[in-house]
Amino acid sequence: MTAEEFNEAFALSQFLPGPNVVNFSVVFGSRFGGAAGAAVALAGLMGPPLIIVLILAMLYARFGDLEILSRILVGITAAATGMLIAVVAKMAAPLFRKRWNWAPLVAIAAFIGVAILQWPLPWVFLVLAPISIALAWVTR
Amino acid sequence: MNDGPLLPLFGYFALLSLFAVGGANAAIPEMHRIAVEVMHWMNDRQFADSFAIAQVSPGPNIIIVTLIGYHVAGFAGAAVATAAMCGPTCVMAFLVARTWDRFSEARWRIAIQAGLVPVSLGLIAASAFVLARTADHTIYAVIITATTALIGFATRINPLWIFAISGLLGISGWL
Repeated sequence: MTAEEFNEAFALSQFLPGPNVVNFSVVFGSRFGGAAGAAVALAGLMGPPLIIVLILAMLYARFGDLEILSRILVGITAAATGMLIAVVAKMAAPLFRKRWNWAPLVAIAAFIGVAILQWPLPWVFLVLAPISIALAWVTR
Repeated sequence: MNDGPLLPLFGYFALLSLFAVGGANAAIPEMHRIAVEVMHWMNDRQFADSFAIAQVSPGPNIIIVTLIGYHVAGFAGAAVATAAMCGPTCVMAFLVARTWDRFSEARWRIAIQAGLVPVSLGLIAASAFVLARTADHTIYAVIITATTALIGFATRINPLWIFAISGLLGISGWL
């Protein structure tokens, strides 16, 4: 795989719905070995983490009520939320700088619909995505 | 085991997977809405805990659905939730990958890609908001979130270090 093919596969898996890394493994694997390659790449990506996370799930089911564990997890969640905000800031920076001034409006509408009004994601998506794609089409 | 929750687990996560542009990070509010508010599978704290465990686990963050599934219905629930979240989009990724390259210069393809970026940005911002509301109950937790956001934005440090420090700070019981 060349760097260009890699970028192409990466861009594709970013834009497809669902877990990006999982999509990437399927796109990547299928380039090498068709359906079998996709299945092998997926199994390689998901297999070991699934085993580990199932062990953690069993431990949580057993010890989740322990005060110390829940304190640790609260700390991790607070930090992980901060990392998410950092991701948002990094994504937003180029978007808000460009002259396509519709993009921030779409992002803000998606935020309000899902976070504030708490509408189901499919509704918000089905309304906003076509509008956003149409705007991207006409402003190009 | 009663197979009652398996069908809604599969249905909700399969549907969600098709709209989660931006991956696990974009899907958090909808997962929270379904698991906590609609289906009452878990409470706020258990949801936030699942998120934290998924963050420190190796592998894709989407593995939070495995934890939710396990919480709801044990191993069967974990298997069903994971398959529902990954299956439909894997098939889609496989099919699209074979045709996509041919249209790399097509105007509609560029419009779709450019149009979906702001949507997924808004969804990820909503995820951060929902998590902050769920987890940041004290001023100290808010400070940790804000500090991590600044460090994450300005540096390329491995987040696991920050998670480790924050987990230790959590033991203090102030958060």
